[in-house]
Amino acid sequence: MTVLLEVKNLKTQFNTEAGLVKAVDGISYEVYEQEIVGLVGESGCGKSVSQLSVMQLIPTPPGKIVEGEVLFEGKDLLKLPENGAEIRAIRGGKIAMIFQEPMTSLNPVMSINQQISEMMQIHQGLTASEARKRSIELLAEVGIPAAESRIDDYPHQFSGGMRQRVMIAMGLSCNPKLLIADEPTTALDVTTQAVLLELMKDMVERFNTALVIVTHNLGVVARYATRIYVMYAGRVVESGKTKDIFSQPLHPYTIGLLKCIPRLDEVRGRRLVPIKGLPPNLVRMPPRCAFFPRCPYRIDRCHKEPWPPLSRVRAEHDVSCFVHMEGKVSGLN
Amino acid sequence: MGSTEQDGFLLEVRSLKMYFPVLRGLLKRKVAEVKAVDGVSFKVRRGETLGLVGESGCGKTTTGRCVLRLWEPTAGEIFFEGQNILELPYRKMRPLRRKMGLIFQDPYGSLNPRMNAGNIVGEPLIIHGMVKGKGEYHDRVEELFRIAGLDPSMMDRVPHEFSGGQRQRIGIACALACNPALIICDEPISALDVSIQAQIINLLEDIQDKLGLTYLFIAHDLSVVRHISERVAVMYLGHIVEMTDPDSLYQNPLHPYTQALLSAVPIADPFLEEKRERILLKGEVPSPLNPPSGCVFHLRCAYAMQECSQVAPQLRDIGGAHEVACHLVK
Repeated sequence: MTVLLEVKNLKTQFNTEAGLVKAVDGISYEVYEQEIVGLVGESGCGKSVSQLSVMQLIPTPPGKIVEGEVLFEGKDLLKLPENGAEIRAIRGGKIAMIFQEPMTSLNPVMSINQQISEMMQIHQGLTASEARKRSIELLAEVGIPAAESRIDDYPHQFSGGMRQRVMIAMGLSCNPKLLIADEPTTALDVTTQAVLLELMKDMVERFNTALVIVTHNLGVVARYATRIYVMYAGRVVESGKTKDIFSQPLHPYTIGLLKCIPRLDEVRGRRLVPIKGLPPNLVRMPPRCAFFPRCPYRIDRCHKEPWPPLSRVRAEHDVSCFVHMEGKVSGLN
Repeated sequence: MGSTEQDGFLLEVRSLKMYFPVLRGLLKRKVAEVKAVDGVSFKVRRGETLGLVGESGCGKTTTGRCVLRLWEPTAGEIFFEGQNILELPYRKMRPLRRKMGLIFQDPYGSLNPRMNAGNIVGEPLIIHGMVKGKGEYHDRVEELFRIAGLDPSMMDRVPHEFSGGQRQRIGIACALACNPALIICDEPISALDVSIQAQIINLLEDIQDKLGLTYLFIAHDLSVVRHISERVAVMYLGHIVEMTDPDSLYQNPLHPYTQALLSAVPIADPFLEEKRERILLKGEVPSPLNPPSGCVFHLRCAYAMQECSQVAPQLRDIGGAHEVACHLVK
């Protein structure tokens, strides 16, 4: 498998009234061709900002990508001129994005046809009628009944689930190499969520597209991702194959997350083990490990030394932690 | 009239219906009805937790609001401590109401931003005349803060100074103020971050043990409902389609909708996920303005027979206190 996207030491900061917020603080990850990767973390961990940074969609000011490389097919996207022809050809064309809110991410005063066709007219140079024909095909493929009669409808005439289907059709309209789905189903009901995730998986397989799923839901990545990155306070704290991370989690935060969620198949009467304290405030973070105040396994070193780098513990399994968790905790129990 | 209280049931709801009128035109004529809750019956034992689970628009919140009589139901009976509260005049309803608490979903929208936390928690004490004098008031508010796991020294702070989890604790302290017997928890954790949810679930379990509370726990998250409830009722389009204990719900779901709902919830275990069967529902939830005839689920059901479109199945006990409303289950 070849590397499609390689992000190296990406840092994105926001200058706010309260102070400098290091939303993404040096993350590195890669996505291989035709692979499904999960990016997991709670709100404010930087998972969305990292994806917007890759797409160069960070509003400047207040945001700024201060460091790092985003290598896509060998080219550093961050070196391309801002909003120049090159990055615009990649954004939407080779890398497409699906957002959480299907209502706010569709334009309410443009018909569905205009919105999907626009993509193909710009990126693939199709004529209006060719694009329309292809849009109808795409709508039918994502499971919108009577696609031909619905193509001229407006977003408000669709339900939440249908709008997200339109977003998927739009995302895939130009045969992108990479699809980034940022909490694609969080706003939807659970049965709709299952249908859409399954659809997305089928579509990326058919289009040979790599998929990055950004989510807070551990179940979703367990079901779909082959590899995952666990994020906390703007950094990747653990990464590896999904099965390795769930069967032998190494970072205390990953372990905590797995212990604190009730599982559908759990034996009744289990007491949940919450993670103590609160997620960190990203303004004026001390230079040490951000999970330190909440960590039940912390040692002296964690307080005194700067954030430990991500280091390889097992084959394809990296963790950023001084406490060598292996053998001490068998994650799920 | 059943005095259900003697059988150990704190709350009994019988054939509850809540139709919201759709008004049109100058004369506000009723042109249609939204059948939010359409014939729901259940009983909750004292000290028990009944989970009401379903997707948006299934009527679970409306059911909760009707139990508190925040909405006047269209039809049905609600027995609380053996009394049909729908027959009570306002004057007699009020003292009963303090025995029922409500915890809201949104800890940001449900607290008055201009009141300090102490006053929010203490307000029900004054309204219901639960305390005599300032000293007793102060002591009680402090006690409520401690029960909810909040530091009483934070009493003077206003809601925006608290985190989401702490705000939900304020909401819980407020619901506990008048020593209620029943608390309706309406999606109490869905607005919170994953790592905070467990703190609130544990708190709810602890105070239930300590104070002997009865919960009606309304949520869309099946794993959470299964975790906290002794019995679970699955709702779809204004009806309870299946009601049973959490173990049979997971191991032996009988209604096709329950089966689909369970299979849709991803479990945080990639090894298990590989083997799980996925049932994908076709179509969307029909509008409660014009629900389908017969079984409300028949349009999306993979096993629908002719009978299903004509006769509405009744919720019935098939043994072992497992109730299901489906023609397929004999």
